[in-house]
Amino acid sequence: MNLNIFVQHFINALSLGSLYGLVAVGYTMVYGILRLINFAHGDIFMLGAYFVYFATIVYALPWAVGVVIAIILTTICGLLVDRIAYKPLREAPRISALISAIGVSFFIENFAVVVFTGMPRPVVQPKILMTPIILPGDVRVIPLGILVPVVAFILVGALLWLLYKTKPGLAMRAISFDIEATRMLGVSVNKIIALAFGLGSALAAVAGIMWALRYPRVEPFMGMTPGIKAFIAAVFGGIGSVPGAMIGGLILGFVEIMSVAFFPTLSGYKDAFAFLLLILILLFRPTGLLGEKLEDKI
Amino acid sequence: MRKILAALLLVCMICGAAVADDEIIKVGIFNCLTGQNAFGGQLELEGTQLAHSLFPEIAGKKVELVIVDNKSDKVEAANAVTRLIENDKVNAIIGTYGSSLAMAGGEVAEKAGIPVIGTSCTNPLVTQGKKFYFRVCFIDPFQGAGAATYAFKNLGAKRAATLIDISNDYSVGLGKFFRDSFKKMGGEIVANLNYQTGDTDFTAQLTSLIAANPEVVFLPAYFAEGAIVLKQAKELGATFRFIGADAMDNPEIVTLGGDAVEGFLHTTFAYDPSMPEMNPVAKAFTEEWNKIHPDKAPNVNCALGYDCYIMLKDAIERAGSTDPAKIRDALETVKDLPTVTGMTTINATHDAEKDMGIVEIRDGKKTFIGIVKPEV
Repeated sequence: MNLNIFVQHFINALSLGSLYGLVAVGYTMVYGILRLINFAHGDIFMLGAYFVYFATIVYALPWAVGVVIAIILTTICGLLVDRIAYKPLREAPRISALISAIGVSFFIENFAVVVFTGMPRPVVQPKILMTPIILPGDVRVIPLGILVPVVAFILVGALLWLLYKTKPGLAMRAISFDIEATRMLGVSVNKIIALAFGLGSALAAVAGIMWALRYPRVEPFMGMTPGIKAFIAAVFGGIGSVPGAMIGGLILGFVEIMSVAFFPTLSGYKDAFAFLLLILILLFRPTGLLGEKLEDKI
Repeated sequence: MRKILAALLLVCMICGAAVADDEIIKVGIFNCLTGQNAFGGQLELEGTQLAHSLFPEIAGKKVELVIVDNKSDKVEAANAVTRLIENDKVNAIIGTYGSSLAMAGGEVAEKAGIPVIGTSCTNPLVTQGKKFYFRVCFIDPFQGAGAATYAFKNLGAKRAATLIDISNDYSVGLGKFFRDSFKKMGGEIVANLNYQTGDTDFTAQLTSLIAANPEVVFLPAYFAEGAIVLKQAKELGATFRFIGADAMDNPEIVTLGGDAVEGFLHTTFAYDPSMPEMNPVAKAFTEEWNKIHPDKAPNVNCALGYDCYIMLKDAIERAGSTDPAKIRDALETVKDLPTVTGMTTINATHDAEKDMGIVEIRDGKKTFIGIVKPEV
């Protein structure tokens, strides 16, 4: 492999990894606050992509407007999911909420098949984001490949600011420590949790939109694989840790791309490499790279 | 659903009335009229019905079609064939779309000794070891060889690569046969990369392909993934040409792939309404089809459904009998029979040997550019 090809692989990995990171950030944030693995995250992500498809193709709105509308609609869907499927189970054992999340995931997927049909649909890619920039050595970068990591890092920064520098952020962190004590202190717990869900869904929408731009096709099951990959990335980085999710996503992207680059004969098994990574992390560092210490909650 | 039930009921009544009648040839049709493959099955049925309306009599005897839905389900496929044989006492059967359905139904027909002609079931296993299963379509190895022949002879490529969906038997099989015959002709396979159904990022595979510098890449993908592969190849500045197979034969590929699918080639059966020079059978078929269905153009599935009936007609006429065993013997000796999808010859494994078509996407439209004779 010559240097140019390696640089091209490197750029591909950065682009894929930051997408995984972007999906994982929303995943990990909801877990960090609620201790709930939101299996429906990938499906909320899919809804975001569909909303942007409808806004830009069916209703022919400009891109920027379509993106804003899609984020708002997806956030509303996320809040509805919380209200209908998770809030009644707030006092129930954590496993009940987890099962409810799996149910929500199946429901949204199949609902989408009924409403949108299973046919994959095309997404408009703005030319300006897709025209490759040619670097020396015929290495090509599409502007979107730069935009995704930039958006991801800005969102991570904004999220950290929110969590550590604002009142609602303080309340969210308090809830993750002890929900009962927080309630006793006079914090409106349900509102804060709804806020966390809304934020998580908005992040999923952004990730879904970026994903649909990069891989211009929407279909009802498009959230499944990114959802699983984001889960691996979140666990790898330490579930609950926002910067960890980003780093986990990047590492996962590099593992996948480089496994194909260096072992072309095994190129059909890049998912196996991703899951191998998950198993190794769970064996040797169960709390992930930046994860907090494991503590038993009684 | 109610319509189909009503149709079935009607069929039962007609059959009940005509059981003892020796002057009628009964042809059973089992195909997927509902379920996930209904799109293809319905078109094939309409093709067969068109042929029946043009040739309602074979060798002076009236032909009656008995239609049964296999619901795109393996269990239903076996039940459907059982019904046709035991209830309706058919002389021969036509069907079906989908190789796994054909295999399930084939077992039943094999035991009962009733000949079946498959429409578009292309997996080699459908007729393997079967005495009574035939088909009017060519099979996957043949198609892989055809793509290799076109790449080597017509495009003049010496260096080729394959990009295979490793979780799909169709793709794996085609890729293997492409590589084998490309090498046999004297070409070089410079790379073989894989992916899995449902993947969306192919940049790693494509970058490795670019590094290997082939002239042609064979991509036996389904259209949804294929379109994305073509898009990413364009973004990465790939200069090689892509050749696909009949699973890319879907108008949606242009909607999904946009201008990235321009110049993409794929193999398919030698029939398309856009063909400049049609054989007389295809011409007659297209004209008659347009009379009955002015609102929709015929496709390959319609043509194959039509061809099944033509092949059965030929066999019964040459056998001079409606005895299933004799029809079977005659089917084995079908040679250079003019059909919509070209001259059909049945080989030793009961598969059709016929010309293969090549389609190119030009200006966002499927354009039939020629016929290839695969050198296996």
